[in-house]
Amino acid sequence: MAWAYTKKAAFYLLVLVIVVVSVFPFYYAILTSFKSGTDLFRITYWPTSISFDNYLSVLNQGSFPRNVLNSIFVSTLVVVLALFLAVTASFALSRVRFRGRGLLLMTILAVSMFPQIAVLAGLFEVIRGLGIYNTPWALIFSYTIFTLPFTVWVLTTFMRDLPIEIEEAAIVDGATPWVIIRRVFMPLMWPALVTTGLLAFIAAWNEFLFALTFTSSNTTRTVPVAIALLSGGSQYEIPWGNIMAASVIVTVPLVALVLIFQRKIVSGLTAGGVKG
Amino acid sequence: MAKIELKDIRKSFGAVEVIKGVSLDIRSGEFMVFVGPSGCGKSTLLRLISGLEDITAGEMSFDGQVVNALTPSKRGIAMVFQSYALYPHMTVYENMAFGLTLEKGKPKEEIKKRVHRAAEMLQISDYLDRLPKQLSGGQRQRVAIGRAITRDPRVFLFDEPLSNLDAALRVATRIEIAKLHESMRDTTMVYVTHDQVEAMTLADRICVLRDGLVEQVGTPMELYEKPDSMFVAGFIGSPKMNFISGKLAEGFNAPTVGVRGEHLVIKPSDGVWSGEVIHSENLGSDSYIYVNVGSEEPVVVREDGATKHAVGEHVEIAPIDGRVHRFDKAGKPIR
Repeated sequence: MAWAYTKKAAFYLLVLVIVVVSVFPFYYAILTSFKSGTDLFRITYWPTSISFDNYLSVLNQGSFPRNVLNSIFVSTLVVVLALFLAVTASFALSRVRFRGRGLLLMTILAVSMFPQIAVLAGLFEVIRGLGIYNTPWALIFSYTIFTLPFTVWVLTTFMRDLPIEIEEAAIVDGATPWVIIRRVFMPLMWPALVTTGLLAFIAAWNEFLFALTFTSSNTTRTVPVAIALLSGGSQYEIPWGNIMAASVIVTVPLVALVLIFQRKIVSGLTAGGVKG
Repeated sequence: MAKIELKDIRKSFGAVEVIKGVSLDIRSGEFMVFVGPSGCGKSTLLRLISGLEDITAGEMSFDGQVVNALTPSKRGIAMVFQSYALYPHMTVYENMAFGLTLEKGKPKEEIKKRVHRAAEMLQISDYLDRLPKQLSGGQRQRVAIGRAITRDPRVFLFDEPLSNLDAALRVATRIEIAKLHESMRDTTMVYVTHDQVEAMTLADRICVLRDGLVEQVGTPMELYEKPDSMFVAGFIGSPKMNFISGKLAEGFNAPTVGVRGEHLVIKPSDGVWSGEVIHSENLGSDSYIYVNVGSEEPVVVREDGATKHAVGEHVEIAPIDGRVHRFDKAGKPIR
């Protein structure tokens, strides 16, 4: 009996440790964002006073709202574009028999092995060549390239598990490939689409290196770069309060998205792994 | 309404030839059953007719129109799959209407009318709002058949539609398909099965396939009474025809003779063959007695009612006159 309680206690202790380790940094950011003045540098673990000054100042300061809109625009478009390309590509990769299909799949997977920094210089040239430097399109272009391998791979695996007879029944019913994708496969693939879409959104939302390199003006930057470049009154002052407020503002949408789609994600991550 | 003509149809997957030159006429409004052991190419042949698989060589025509290059929907076929293949996210109504909604300019009223008509025929009107997962296996298969009826096809194809159902349901659905054929006299039906009972009970004509070639085509009774080869003789009829060869067949002036269990009688004396009863199966209505007469496999004799012959008993058996099939060395009948 005592042993059972100890086991239970140990289990919840472990859960507590994991929760604290993963949540504490964010909690401290929220805490800090409500502080002002010299309070910022006093260590406390509970809110003592709540002030929205930091939020007001960051939202009224220069181009931050514009940066948030940039981020939303870029991330949303990346998701839409990547999902569209990935769904059509994975239909071909999983359903159409052609020479070199396996090789193509491996190549797609191999693309995701290259570290961002390795392709940075080359990609910069491409973006200059396309004339989209310092526009949101530069980011949409580069993020889509980096998201596609993962998205295509996951959706191909998922689509391969859809019964072939359903597709054949649709062909007999007179459906074209596009109709099959849109009206038969897409509704069956919602969990996979939501999961990959959300992961693509998060990746695009958090991306820093490309955003720093491919944009140069305040009005085209996305949020991660904008936060890093937030500056205080002088070179020697780092506006911690503003930075924390900005961080909280950009985290909230992600948390909301994950909470909304959480059930779908769970079923999406396990679907395809086990049949049924 | 469609007469299907196959002229020297061939199909290869890579280097493997699966259909090796099939020529066959399927009459308009006929119920044709393809039957054969697994791997004989019967499903492939059905898929070639459906258009889901491309024909490697040969010519296929519906009512004289060559259809080799036409897509399934252009051929005017509908197909019922073994695994039902219903769209899981659509209700029964949507499943049945899907094909019609893809046809441009079909008025909604007509779609509704046709779906309801098909649903009534199959008694699934009460389930129209349900999803496939809320239905039993038999109901799902009826929806799949209903989906095919709704499209009002020229040719109705069945790919082993009963093999996922349990025994009782299989018989019930078999009768329903027979009724369907009665009520759709204009529609040509092609049905694939490995079960010779389904073939015998449903078919107007049966096509027995073996290794990608047609072995024999004929009405069920033709195949039963006048098989063109030992293969057909062994495949049609249950239990399997008894084959006796070598010395035991000498009296019939043929290398091999075949006699069905129902055409053998047990006599007190003066039998053609004799041997010991090694096993008996009692089904109540009739019984099967396995007799070891010295041939490779025991001879099966069918008797009415419960058997009176115990295991170990020595019996004499003889065929009924005119019911003996004689085969030459190549397995062809001697008539």
